[in-house]
Amino acid sequence: MSVMKRVSMIFKAKANKALDKYEDPRETLDYSYQRQLEMLTQVRRGVADVATSRKRIELQMNSLQQQQTKLEGQAKQALGSGREDLAREALSRKAALQSQLTDLETQYHSLQADEEKLTAASQRLQAKVEAFRTQKETIKATYTAAEAQSRIGEAVSGISEEMGDVGMAVQRAQDKTAQMQARAGAIDELMASGALEDVTGTQRDDIQAELDQMRGGQDVELELQRLKGEIAGPASRQIEGGAGAGDGAQAQPAEQPQAGDNS
Amino acid sequence: MIVRILGEGQFRVDDSATDELNALDTALEKAVNDGDEQSLRPALAALLNRIRSLGSPLAEDALEPSDLILPYADAGLEDVREMLTDEGLIPG
Repeated sequence: MSVMKRVSMIFKAKANKALDKYEDPRETLDYSYQRQLEMLTQVRRGVADVATSRKRIELQMNSLQQQQTKLEGQAKQALGSGREDLAREALSRKAALQSQLTDLETQYHSLQADEEKLTAASQRLQAKVEAFRTQKETIKATYTAAEAQSRIGEAVSGISEEMGDVGMAVQRAQDKTAQMQARAGAIDELMASGALEDVTGTQRDDIQAELDQMRGGQDVELELQRLKGEIAGPASRQIEGGAGAGDGAQAQPAEQPQAGDNS
Repeated sequence: MIVRILGEGQFRVDDSATDELNALDTALEKAVNDGDEQSLRPALAALLNRIRSLGSPLAEDALEPSDLILPYADAGLEDVREMLTDEGLIPG
């Protein structure tokens, strides 16, 4: 038998199974309606869960992008200081983050698609539940149990099918969301434990440390230059002063080269 | 006839398309029987695409049962196999 027919048969048998237990078809209507309301709640919760999961991934993506920007900044800084090795290290870490980011992006789009599908399913079910409620009230008000039987058959199996479909979609979305939550949790844990810190630089950032050290070194050099200048300055002013003193300086011409040696 | 694509909704398709859909279904069935994941996805996609293009979506508040029910678009071999057994098709 064909795939289409087998899937249809099994699906319908399952979908309608729960409804066979009522003798009075009007009870079947009420029971089905209860199930529909439950399913509506379930699918709305499913949409919310998927949205939460999507937002979490969005936050992680933002944080990885920030790290990338930081690493690129460090690479520039390192290149500016002539440290190509350090720049290369920063860029290779940036590239490592990129693969993680690409993975998150795929998950993000997949969740986004699930969210859209579930939202549409929720709207469809909502419309059907409303139609069913109207029909249910009409049938209950108008027909005896025996007459109702033939009237409700289509409506009940139509909506049971929809509920089976929506139920599956919610289930699949939940399974997927749980998987993604686990992965997102693993990334968060890695970040917290420090395993990714080398890469993301949240706490121990050796590239930054080295850049800081280099800049610290440069600062020391600058400070040194400044101090030397200060020491040399008064000396040269002395010279100038000596020269400016004019005639008086000429008394000790031999000492001038000595002051020059100090600078 | 009314065809449901799981996860997507129902379509009304003219009965004259039956032969064409059956041919596409045969390819899908072969992939399932052979356990051939590689051919299953394109076979399923071809069948679903044909239904989407031939059919017109049913109104959202329609309460009609479907004549045929088809797997969701991204179903893999395992998913389709599950739909062909008594277990796992509808939760609860």
